[in-house]
Amino acid sequence: MKKYLSFIILIFFGLICFAQNKPAGLTLPKGFTALKIAEGYGKVRHIAITKQGDIYVKLNKLIQGKGILYFKKESSQKYTLANSFGNYKGTGIYIKDNYLYTSSDEEVFRYHLNEKGEVTNTNNPEKIITGLPNKGEHESKSIVLDNNGNIYVNIGAYSNSCQEKDREKGSMGMSPCPVLEEAGGIWQFKADKNNQTEKMGTRYATGLRNVVGLDWNTQTNSLFVMQHGRDQLHDLFPDLYDTKQSAELPAECMYELHKGTNCGWPYIYYDHLVNKKIVAPEYGGDGKKSSNDYQNPAIAFPGHLAPNGLLFYTGNKFPAKYKNGAFIAFHGSWNRAPLPQEGYYVVFVPFVNGKPTGQWEVFANGFAGAVKTPHGAAHRPCGLSQDSDGALYVTDDTNGAIFKIDYTGK
Amino acid sequence: MNTLIIILATICFTIAFAQPKKTIPVTQSDTYKRGKEVYAKVCLSCHMVDGGGVPKLNPPLIKTDYVLGDKKKLIYIVLNGMTDRIPIDDEYYSNNMASHKDLTHQQIADVLTFIRNSFGNKASIVTIAEVKAVRGLK
Repeated sequence: MKKYLSFIILIFFGLICFAQNKPAGLTLPKGFTALKIAEGYGKVRHIAITKQGDIYVKLNKLIQGKGILYFKKESSQKYTLANSFGNYKGTGIYIKDNYLYTSSDEEVFRYHLNEKGEVTNTNNPEKIITGLPNKGEHESKSIVLDNNGNIYVNIGAYSNSCQEKDREKGSMGMSPCPVLEEAGGIWQFKADKNNQTEKMGTRYATGLRNVVGLDWNTQTNSLFVMQHGRDQLHDLFPDLYDTKQSAELPAECMYELHKGTNCGWPYIYYDHLVNKKIVAPEYGGDGKKSSNDYQNPAIAFPGHLAPNGLLFYTGNKFPAKYKNGAFIAFHGSWNRAPLPQEGYYVVFVPFVNGKPTGQWEVFANGFAGAVKTPHGAAHRPCGLSQDSDGALYVTDDTNGAIFKIDYTGK
Repeated sequence: MNTLIIILATICFTIAFAQPKKTIPVTQSDTYKRGKEVYAKVCLSCHMVDGGGVPKLNPPLIKTDYVLGDKKKLIYIVLNGMTDRIPIDDEYYSNNMASHKDLTHQQIADVLTFIRNSFGNKASIVTIAEVKAVRGLK
């Protein structure tokens, strides 16, 4: 008995040591290394990095009453929590020039950064946008800025597919969908004007169910977003879709947006298996009837992977193929039963001349650990950012970790 | 050590033979087996195969008062769905739950008996009479 016990203890310590030698536990392409530089901060959503390499993250659950954490860079491998502020939860955080922009689920704030990249007014940010709709579904407000003083804000649709009765079997779609009056798209505001309401902003793009990951592409000088596609085709219309079709469909789409772009939610969805926009069953579709209206995706991914972060890589540290390509953090699926759940990884899409080449690949995998389910996963990728040296950062909103991925060539 | 094993074995045998095998465990009952099928068809896609739910979207069914507590409340939720944004064990969940009025009394009793005795839960069965009472039928 004692023999066994010491054996078990030995294995246990062996595992701990092993884990410490492989700190991040991620699978990466050859030449890349990953380091877990922070862990245990709960719901860490999006991330922004200063010129100096210090890190700000937005929390979706307050820690000791604070919703923004500031990590100071001690060395390329060591970051220390130096400050926390902001008494609101949320998702969006972005740095442009000398300002840190952050969002709650209803408002957008901006803080002034000094020459060291430190916030000078932690208790008195400017409130630039206020009173955005939050009905408890798709309520996160992701943000990004362009190079012309504009800020773009996602206002997610508080509905799955605009049915008369949300998520009720057979319930048909409302026409026109009233949710689109104040949600289901991207709004553009001035970055330097206080107290703007939704009505004071510009409806930049519509027909987007919910966007969490978005980024400004400096090559094309345009906004790219990742849409979270609709759920439950089989549960709601079992005569039209079997469980496997419902697991694969609809595609998770990347769209390039310009002013006035309409991506078609809730009237259509994109089927990446036949490369067509399909009329939604709530609006008279039969699973096959296609539509020529609405924007085509720039690239489409398998269903339900839940893209929560998008980043165009502009650094010089990674090999040339990564330059100006897109990294996408897929939070991971919940509604792909009876198929196994998918996602829980970071994907890379090469871009040539501002267009994706269509060949996407899993770049960083292994975040979930042994159990690839929403509540069993060790980590779920959420936000992405890069520092001025060209390293890539991935946040996790399950166990509050920050991963730093670097290229060594070895 | 050996004495301990003998004592434990004696206790086990005593319990095993003293208990008349009149009642079969809930998990081997027909109602539980039927409930498992209803769960797979109606509930699983949101509440997941292991009842764990989806953080922030669909609440878990594991060791929560909503499942283990007042049966009337639980039956009411299945019949009428749930669209309230209220915290469940300190967490908010975004997705609306649809009404499942189309299920029979039997199906609801079966599936609730299943979830109250699965995923580590252990609670009394739900009867057809209890479902009828909440639905307002006699």
